[in-house]
Amino acid sequence: MAIPKVCGIETEYGIVVRGAAEPNPMAASSLLINAYVSSLQPRVGWDFEDESPGNDARGYRVEGPAAPEVETHLVNAVLTNGARYYVDHAHPELSIPECRDAREVVVWDKAGEQILLRSMRAAQATLPPGQELVVYKNNSDRKGNSYGCHENYLVDRAVPFHRIVAGILPFFVTRQLFAGAGKVGSEAPGLSSAEVPFQLSQRADFFEEEVGLETTLKRPIVNTRDEPHCDAQKYRRLHVILGDANCSELATFLKVGTTALVLAMIEDDELPRNLALASPVRALRQVSYDLDLGLSLELADGGRISALDIQWEYLTWARKYADTHGLEAVGEEVGGEILQRWESVLTALETDPMSLAGSLDWVAKYTLLSAYRDRHGLAWDAARLAAMDLQYHDLRPERSLSARLGLERLTEDAEVEAAVTEPPATTRAWFRGKCLQRWASQIVAANWDSLVFDVGADPLRRVPMIEPLKGTAAMVDDLLEACATPSELLQRLGT
Amino acid sequence: MVEREHRRKPAPSRHEEEAVDEQPTKSEKGEKIKAELDDLLDEIDEVLEVNSEEFVRSYVQKGGQ
Repeated sequence: MAIPKVCGIETEYGIVVRGAAEPNPMAASSLLINAYVSSLQPRVGWDFEDESPGNDARGYRVEGPAAPEVETHLVNAVLTNGARYYVDHAHPELSIPECRDAREVVVWDKAGEQILLRSMRAAQATLPPGQELVVYKNNSDRKGNSYGCHENYLVDRAVPFHRIVAGILPFFVTRQLFAGAGKVGSEAPGLSSAEVPFQLSQRADFFEEEVGLETTLKRPIVNTRDEPHCDAQKYRRLHVILGDANCSELATFLKVGTTALVLAMIEDDELPRNLALASPVRALRQVSYDLDLGLSLELADGGRISALDIQWEYLTWARKYADTHGLEAVGEEVGGEILQRWESVLTALETDPMSLAGSLDWVAKYTLLSAYRDRHGLAWDAARLAAMDLQYHDLRPERSLSARLGLERLTEDAEVEAAVTEPPATTRAWFRGKCLQRWASQIVAANWDSLVFDVGADPLRRVPMIEPLKGTAAMVDDLLEACATPSELLQRLGT
Repeated sequence: MVEREHRRKPAPSRHEEEAVDEQPTKSEKGEKIKAELDDLLDEIDEVLEVNSEEFVRSYVQKGGQ
């Protein structure tokens, strides 16, 4: 049976400093994060012991060109909700804690937005008059520079990687139908606004390979980074770099939920047919550029199929899988919701896409910009529409067009607020977060799969957390309750 | 080879059938969205960046992952 699909999202945010003569995005990102974490004393740094982004899932290790992407001298903090908050590639990046299901991912992703928003406000107090720091949850500056929103899924190490690649590619190429965040125009060389006035995805323009280790150049649809951050004998972490950063809660829910479900099906070898595309990279752009949603894609076997029909095939297989295997891998209850929302979204895309204008990002953005364009008689390459495209992703509620649109919510304000400081109870993030809440001054470093304690005279003590589903509230609350100090905890853990 | 006519859409679950009556019809939902959009368009110029061209030009990011 497929293992539980522990999952999470890491988002690189866009950042600008208005009114600065020579803006330095790296300094601005540091300022932003420092302003937030300095209000949370004491601060715990990240531990790089476990980082090995050069490992390749296809079975070898790359040195040199794919050097570790973590810049260890930059600000890097662990939060009490179990998240990691740091500067990466001149962007502020927030990795949410490990979650047990897609709904939890939505809650902690929204909490991440709140953390960025609070950081902006805290940073503002330290800026010279006339300057303003603003953060955007998007993936491109419209000038060919892209930054990512990555997903991570726990996968059984025993599953051959080529099976994951073959099974997931057609799904990845087409999931942008509901997961795309929408973009005015194209950043692919040589395409005019007349050819691509608007497209479904922020990221499709930037993918050039089917499979590979890169994340910043020649980006591959399936990324092979093999850095599980847990027991490498048992698990993989599938690192997905393809997706857009979503403002829509439903888009995030479906993106993560359907992907987790398809991965569970691949793990159990329950994809009845291979819908291999003739050219996945080309198809990724074709789907993104096809606002009619009817384009027929070429299959490797010579057949043709539309993007929507590929999604219908996967949904049909998923329904069957649910009947035969159950949905425990993605959370039984959440799994039922994934199937139901997946079906209703595909039905709406087929019959009346406009009805999703209050639910999905690309439809919301397209509907708003089309209406504005009609009212003012603008061409699609008008600066006003490009500005609205960017402003859709502005995190300031008073400026954000996605917030103004009042998209459908799946979360409640109270649970998002709690998730700003509280970890999910369902994964090892609980242990990390709870220890940080209680004993931050005695934790010298943390990373995904360990905590390092300094309890005085003894040498530093590392507590390994190599099982993503150990350290949950159900498993450790009694233990934590019984320990008044970290020394007692270490004693009981026998480390 | 995949043929269109062989496609099987899953039958709606019982839960959805029960919920059908409560759902607004397609056109009602579309009309509601359109009315809300009109309201937003009436006030959106107050929210939009004053100088679109300058805003778009100065929005420059370093490439990331």
